[in-house]
Amino acid sequence: MNTEGYSCNEHFDEMFTPDGQVRGHYDEFYNYLSKASAKKMTQLQFSANKTQKAMGMTFNVYHDNQGLEKILHLDIIPRIIANAEWRKLEAGLKQRIYALNLFLQDIYNDQKILKDGIVPADLILGSKDYLKPCVGLTPPKGIWCHITGTDLVRNKDGEYYILEDNLRCPSGVSYMLESREIIKRAYPQLFNDEGVMPVSDYPTKLLKMLQFLSNKAKPVVGVLTPGIYNSAYFEHSYLALQMGVELVNGVDLIVQNNKAYMLTTKGLQQIDVIYRRIDDSFLDPLTFNPESMLGVKGIFDAYKAGNVALANAPGTGVADDKAVYAYVPRIIKYYLGEEPILHNVPTYLCREEEDRKYVLDHIDELVVKETNAAGGYGMLIGPKSTKEEHERFKFLIKNNPDNYIAQPTLSLSTVPCLTDEGIAGRHVDLRPYILYGKDIEVIPGALTRVALKKGSLVVNSSQGGGSKDTWVLYN
Amino acid sequence: MLSRVASHIYWLGRYLERAENYARFIDVNFNLMQDLPTDMKEQWAPLVAATGDFELYRKKYPGFERHQVMYFLALDSDNPNSMLCSVTNARENARIIRENLSKETWEKVNELYYMLKEGLERKVWKKEDPRQFFETVKNQILLIYGLADATVARTEGWHFRQLGQLLERADKTSRILDVKYHILLPTTHEVGSPLDFLHWMALLKSVTGLNTYRRLYGNIDPSGVVEFLVLNKYFPRSIFYCLKEAERCLRCISENTSDGFRNSVEKAIGEMRSRLEYSEIDDIIAVGLHEYLDNIQLKINHISDLIDINYFRAKDNFVYQPESQSQSQS
Repeated sequence: MNTEGYSCNEHFDEMFTPDGQVRGHYDEFYNYLSKASAKKMTQLQFSANKTQKAMGMTFNVYHDNQGLEKILHLDIIPRIIANAEWRKLEAGLKQRIYALNLFLQDIYNDQKILKDGIVPADLILGSKDYLKPCVGLTPPKGIWCHITGTDLVRNKDGEYYILEDNLRCPSGVSYMLESREIIKRAYPQLFNDEGVMPVSDYPTKLLKMLQFLSNKAKPVVGVLTPGIYNSAYFEHSYLALQMGVELVNGVDLIVQNNKAYMLTTKGLQQIDVIYRRIDDSFLDPLTFNPESMLGVKGIFDAYKAGNVALANAPGTGVADDKAVYAYVPRIIKYYLGEEPILHNVPTYLCREEEDRKYVLDHIDELVVKETNAAGGYGMLIGPKSTKEEHERFKFLIKNNPDNYIAQPTLSLSTVPCLTDEGIAGRHVDLRPYILYGKDIEVIPGALTRVALKKGSLVVNSSQGGGSKDTWVLYN
Repeated sequence: MLSRVASHIYWLGRYLERAENYARFIDVNFNLMQDLPTDMKEQWAPLVAATGDFELYRKKYPGFERHQVMYFLALDSDNPNSMLCSVTNARENARIIRENLSKETWEKVNELYYMLKEGLERKVWKKEDPRQFFETVKNQILLIYGLADATVARTEGWHFRQLGQLLERADKTSRILDVKYHILLPTTHEVGSPLDFLHWMALLKSVTGLNTYRRLYGNIDPSGVVEFLVLNKYFPRSIFYCLKEAERCLRCISENTSDGFRNSVEKAIGEMRSRLEYSEIDDIIAVGLHEYLDNIQLKINHISDLIDINYFRAKDNFVYQPESQSQSQS
């Protein structure tokens, strides 16, 4: 297909340099693309869509007789990452997760970092995500964040920036795995020629990591899901299937004598490790939200007694708060004595006077976020907002400075996509997955989310986002 | 195996079998109607009566016009037992326990669902000859059975699905037979007439049993057909055969290798199976076919309730605590 006239100089483009040259790691693919007809590419896209539907790779709310399942559009042009670049990302992510884990252990136990004044104590101890029942607790093997899906973007300067740490049950890994299967079918020969690092052993690695958390020789592992109406149910069931473990709902578990059991056709069977995909607050109605219908009564006590391991550990949420994010470079330095390998987006904390003054003066250039809200709620995009909205946020910030942070607007890199108007650039982010068991391991692949609408920066699946297969090359 | 999962597998088996039987019902009735003399009105009411949803149908539709009945049985989402609803339910159960199914099985069940949805869009019940559609649906379900047969390990899950399938099949065979009770002949003189034989033959065809019957019994005669479909020891759709196999599944599930029963459901099914085993066709005729079949359906429902109590509601290792006898699905 023809890529002439492809616009690549406004943002960083993953495939082309600003003067239109193909980047080295895209050579093979570009070769393929330039020889393939538009018809061929459309056909590949069509059969990819069909496979997704047959596989039932769906997300979103599902209603019995309406079939309101949606499919996350998978664009067939891959996002390719060169090996050297990946190595740097890998090292940076390992460093970050290692430090964040030390941070979590510290703030729930000795609180040295708070006493040393590196991170303000009130920011941590006053957070709604700081779980009091976890104080004094060390999870099995001292690991808090077993599974992480860190969000990164590449700015116009060509550098990666960490956007969010996502330390609580990040989703999307099943799309990474299934997309790879589909894309492999689309380019069988190319896959041989390119040398793409495999991701298919993720379920095996995940299972090993989960088993590592128990001291039993053959621990019983299960995936705990909120149920079929959860938007990520497909993923929960997919992971249970791939690992060959039970997928359990809260109603399938009971706790007796501080041990957790599954209700089976043969009576009770003890469960040792739970990969839980329900939020902290819903986990145990006795310890947390008493209204929860999804959780298991007494599971936290069983966890505290060391009779069941939970991944991720309850209480990790406090470390991926938007205000805590700003301190992560300092957290890394404090625990590891190293400079952070990966950049943070510069973040202004409205709780600090100097920063607040800057934010109030430059509100029209900045993105203002509420620290405790997730997913675009309570957010102001300065350059795209009206004077009235600026004033309203200034007022909000002055009233409750602790609750706000601000960041400069980032530009997201683009990757060519197959669109109705041929090949065109669309903005993407990057979510690699990191497992923390015996060692920390970054899976060589990622979920690349893409904003399908021209010019859009919103990659969320609920708002017209799609995905791409992400290839990490051997060399 | 998780109780909840076992329950979903059981119902997956039942719903698939239900959908398959409905496809058979409709196909056969369509064939039968083609053979009727032109002055006879098409008889679709008996089919509705046999499914047990006569009341519901009467509330919705005035007459028993072919297209309407076909729509009601195949694609009406207001009819909880229509093929569409059964397939939707089967898929829903499959979706919930997807991690327990092979990838192919799930994909075929998913395809089946889209097949039904497409039938709804294309309004197949209005087609001059919709049989192709029902044939395809039936084949897709048979493909799912075949896949399972060739790939699924014979562990608990397999037995629970078989159990659901076999009990549903026993129920449906009794209902297919009951259609004949409801079909009206023009006069009582017609009993034993060519038209009457036509009915019996259609019935056998609907369970793919005509050739087997011919080989075993020779002539078509009502008591022979009833014996064949209720008491035959070898035909896989006869009520006795289904119950015998269902009993075997239950004993595999409880790992019961002794002679007696181990729980209330094994007791109930063992009693029912042995009654059939030692029955003669005259015993059935003495009670009256319709009454006899009615009783069988009630007993199957009871067995299904007992499965629920024994396996899907276990709360600890020692005592089963049935919370209620009502079934979560029906």
